[in-house]
Amino acid sequence: MASPAVNPALDALRTLPGDDVRQIMWRFADRYDVQMLVQSARQVARGPVARLVAAGGRNDHDWTPRKAELLAAYDASGITAAFMEPEEGGFISGPKNLALALAAFELAWVDAGAATGALAGFLGLSPIHEKGTPEQRRHYMSLAVPPKPGEERKTWRAAFALTEPIPYVGVDTGMLSGRIRVAEWQDGAEPVLQVEKRGRFITNMGFASFVTAAVDSGDPRIKGSCMVILEEGDPGTFDRGTPTRKLVHQLSSTTDPIFSLRVPASRIVGGYTVKDGVIVPNFDHSTIIEAVFRRTRVTVGVITAAKLLSAIEPVIRYQRNRFRGAEQAAPGSIRHDLGIQQREDALHRLVEVWATGEAAASLGLSTARLFDELDPLDRRKDALLAAQGIAGARATMKWMKLVERSALEYLDLAARPRGAADEARFRVLGADEMVRFALLDAQANVLCPATKLWDTGHGATVLREAVSLMGGYGITEDCPGFLGQKWMDSQLEATYEGPEAVQRRQLSVTMTAPLFLAQLRGWARELRHLASSHPGTGACALASAMELWLWTVTYLAGATDADGERLVQPARQGVSFKLADALAWLCASRAQILDAVALADGGAAALGDALPGTARFLADLCHVEAARAAGEVGRICAELVHGYNRHPAWDEEGRRACWSAVDAEALEGIVAGLAGCACDQVEGEHHPEKEGPCASCRGITDFARLRVKMDGCLTGAMLAKDRAAEALAHVMIPEALDYPA
Amino acid sequence: MTAGYQIVVLGSVVPDPLQTLEPVATPQGPALKNEAMLPAVLDPWAAHALFEAANLAAKVPGSKVTLVSLGPKAKLQQVMMAVAQKVPLELVALDGPAGGFTDAHEVAVRLAAAVKALPGLDRGRLLLFGGWESASRGAGVTLQLVGERLEIHDQFQGVDQIAVQAGGALEILERVEGGKHQVSVVAGPPAVLGWATGSLPEPKNNPQIGMANMRQVMPALQRAPAAPVGTAGVEFLSVAVPKAQRETRIVKDASPDEIARELVEWISQD
Repeated sequence: MASPAVNPALDALRTLPGDDVRQIMWRFADRYDVQMLVQSARQVARGPVARLVAAGGRNDHDWTPRKAELLAAYDASGITAAFMEPEEGGFISGPKNLALALAAFELAWVDAGAATGALAGFLGLSPIHEKGTPEQRRHYMSLAVPPKPGEERKTWRAAFALTEPIPYVGVDTGMLSGRIRVAEWQDGAEPVLQVEKRGRFITNMGFASFVTAAVDSGDPRIKGSCMVILEEGDPGTFDRGTPTRKLVHQLSSTTDPIFSLRVPASRIVGGYTVKDGVIVPNFDHSTIIEAVFRRTRVTVGVITAAKLLSAIEPVIRYQRNRFRGAEQAAPGSIRHDLGIQQREDALHRLVEVWATGEAAASLGLSTARLFDELDPLDRRKDALLAAQGIAGARATMKWMKLVERSALEYLDLAARPRGAADEARFRVLGADEMVRFALLDAQANVLCPATKLWDTGHGATVLREAVSLMGGYGITEDCPGFLGQKWMDSQLEATYEGPEAVQRRQLSVTMTAPLFLAQLRGWARELRHLASSHPGTGACALASAMELWLWTVTYLAGATDADGERLVQPARQGVSFKLADALAWLCASRAQILDAVALADGGAAALGDALPGTARFLADLCHVEAARAAGEVGRICAELVHGYNRHPAWDEEGRRACWSAVDAEALEGIVAGLAGCACDQVEGEHHPEKEGPCASCRGITDFARLRVKMDGCLTGAMLAKDRAAEALAHVMIPEALDYPA
Repeated sequence: MTAGYQIVVLGSVVPDPLQTLEPVATPQGPALKNEAMLPAVLDPWAAHALFEAANLAAKVPGSKVTLVSLGPKAKLQQVMMAVAQKVPLELVALDGPAGGFTDAHEVAVRLAAAVKALPGLDRGRLLLFGGWESASRGAGVTLQLVGERLEIHDQFQGVDQIAVQAGGALEILERVEGGKHQVSVVAGPPAVLGWATGSLPEPKNNPQIGMANMRQVMPALQRAPAAPVGTAGVEFLSVAVPKAQRETRIVKDASPDEIARELVEWISQD
C-alpha cells in the first residue's frame, strides 16, 4: 500500500470528538428528535449563518434584509418550532431545555448573535409558556409556529422587554418605570389598560410582532406589577426605536423601543382576578421572570461553551500550518509537520482552552437536563399545592420546609449503612416525587447561576487565550472560525440576562441552603468513588477541593474580621461572591468528569476500539480542569480564611509569638532540628527583614490540613496535561473548516 | 400507472469529504485511517438518486421510496438524523462495512437479496435507483450487478432526468459527451437508473418529515441484519488517494479576458 500499515495506538485520541461521542457524553443518544434538531441547526449555522458572517454581515447595526433571511432559515429547519409542543405545531414532546440548549450550541459554534436571535423569540414566548393562561398559550404559540405547507400566514415573532433606560437600566429587575393604568372599565366589560413602557437593549425588536413587557402599576385599581402582551397592531405607539450600536452579536436585532398602547386586560400574562374593584394579576413580573430566566440563562452559558470548543480545530490547523511554505520548513521536517505545535507552551495552552470548553459545555448541558427533569415535577408540585388548597408565599414556604426535611433525611440515609427499617424508609423517600423535586430544585438554584457565571465569565477570559493562540490573525475578520468576534461576543453573553454580579448574588443566597450543602457533601463522596473506579480524571482532587470549600463556608459562617465584624452578611460581597466563584469552578469540573465517565462506561458500542484513546484524552482534560479548579478554590478559600486577619507586626504581641534566638539555640542543643520548627526568631531588638512575624494557623489547622491534602491531590495533573498535549499534536483534523470563514 | 412506483434507492455512507482520507492496512483488510471515527455523509451520488426518487414519488400518487443501505449501523444512524429530515422514505438497513474496499459482487448479492425480500415487491412497479458513481472507492458497477441479479435488463447510467409520459412510459436523459444527453424511452418499470447529479437542490431539513420517518427508521436500524461483505480474497498491492493539486495566486483587478486566457493556457498544458 502507498501508506505503511498503521495500527493506531489503542490509547490515543484519533479524531476530534464527533456526534457519536457527544451524544453519549451529553446523554441524548436515545433522543432522535434532539439529534435531528442538532443536525438542522448545524446546517443553518454552517450554511446561511456562516456565509453571512463571512460576507461581512456583522458590520452593520441595522436589521438588514440578509439578516432577516436567517429567520426563514430558522423556520424552515425546525429551530423555531422546537420550542412548541407537537399539538402547537412543534415536534419535540415534553421539556425542551436540553434541546434548545443544543440548538443554541450549534448556532453559536459559528455565531453567537445568530444563536441569540434564534432564541430571543423563545425568551419572548417564555412568560406565556411558563405562566400564561391556557388561552394565551394556545393563541400565541400557534401564531409563533411557522406555517405548515399550504398555509398562508406570517410567523409571529416575539420579544421580551424587561430592561429599561436610565435610571433603572441594569440596576435591579425588581424596579420598573414602565407603567400600566386602567384606561377604560365599563360595567361587566373587560377593562382596557394603557401601557407605557420604554425598553433598552431589547432583542428581536427590529421585527417582533408582539412583546411581553414587564410593567408596574401606576393606578390604584391595579395591584403590583405584571407582564403584559403588546401587539404591533394595538392602538397607540409601537415604536421599535433606534438600533443599538452594539459591538457584538450583530446578527441579532437589538433596539430601544417605546410603547404607549391600549390593550385589553386579558393580555396580562397568566390572567387576573378582580377583588374589591382592583385588578390583581395572578403573577407579578418577578415571579414570571424568575421562572423564565431560571431556564434561559443556562442556554447563554452553553453559547459561550460552544465557542470555546469551536476554537479547537482552527487553532490546531493554524498551529500545524504556521510554517508551511517557508524555505526553512521543508516537507517532512518537524517544523513543517507540527508547526507551532512543536512547542510545549502552545499545546498546553490549547489543552487549557479545550478543557475549559469541555467543562463549560458539560456544566451547561447537564444543567439543561436537570431542568428537563425538574420542569414536570415543578408542575406536579403546583398541582399538588392547588389540590391541597395551599396558596400564598408563606404557606408554600411552610409546605416546602417539610418536604426539604424529608429530602435531608433521604440524603442522610443515603450517606450511611442502613438497616432494614432504614432501608424501607429510604425507599419510600426515594420514590417520593416531591422529595426528588426538592433535591433538584436546590441543585438548580445553584447550577443555573453557576453556569451563567462560569461559562460566560471565565469562558470570555479563556476565549481571549484562544484568540491569542492565533497570533495577529486572531483579531482579523479573516481569522478561521471567527475567533475574534467570538471573544468579543462573549462579553455580551456574560452581561445579558443578568450580569455576573447578579449571578454571584443569587449564588450567595442559594449555595448555603442546607439541602444544597448536603448534596454537595454527597457529590464529594461520589467523586471519591469515581476516582476509585475511574482513576486519572482528577475526581479525587476535586473532592478534596469540595471538602475545603465546605470547611471554609462553615468556618466563615462564624468568623469575624480583624475589627470583629462578621464575615458572612449580605453586604459583605467580598466574601460571598468569592465563595460563589469558587463553587462555580467546582460545579463545572464535576459536570465534566461525570460526562467523561459516561463516555468511558457507555461508549464501547459506538466507538469500538477508538474508545480507550478518546476516553483517556477526555479524562486527561478532566484532570487538567480539576487541578485548575482545585487551585482556584484553594486560592480563594485561603484568601478568605487568612485575608481578614490583621498581619502581625513587630510589636509586643507579635514578638511574643516568636522564639528568641537564645532559646532556639539552647533547645537545638537538646533536640537537634527543633529550632527549625520556629517560624520566626528575634534577637533583642533585631528581627528578620519582613513585615512582621508570620501569621500562625492557630484555630484553623483543619484548613491547613485540608489545603495540604488538596495540593497533594494535584499529583499527576501535569502528566495528564502532557499526555493531552501529545494527543493534540497528533489528532487527525479535517482538511478545512466545514463552514466558510 | 395507477398504484404508483416502488422506488428502491441503493446508497450508503461515505466519510465526510473534508476529512483526510488515508488508506491503511488493517487485520480486516484495507481501510481508511480512523474510518470508524470520521463523520460520515450519505454518498452524494446516492443522495442525488434519493432526492430524485422523492421528487418522482411526490408526482405520482401511491409511490413509495425505500432506501436500502449497507453500512456500519452506527454510522447509518448518525447520517439518517439529517437525511431522514429531507424526504419521506422507508429504510432497510444492512449492517456491514462501507469503506470503499468491499467487493462490488459481494455487496450486490446482499443488496439484491434485501430488495427481493421487500414486502409486497411488485416488479411491475419497481424502479431501482442509485448513484452512477460513488464518493467512496466505488467500482461503479454495484448498481448494475444488483439490477442483473434482479433480472432487470433496462438499465440507464448517468441519468440526469426522468419524466413520466402519458401512458406510463418513462423518458430518461443519460449523460453523453459534450454536455449532451441521450434520450431514451422505456415502456415502464422495472428499470435501473444510475443517477448523475440530476437537477434538484438538496432539500432543506424538515423536522416534521424527520419525525414521521424516524418511527420506521429507528426500528429498521435496530433490526438491521449483519452483512459481513469483504474483499472477495482480493489483495491490494497499492492504494493511494488521488493527489490534489492546488496552485493559488492572489491577483487583484485581473480582467475577465486575462483570467480566461490563463485558464485556456493551463488547460492546454496537457
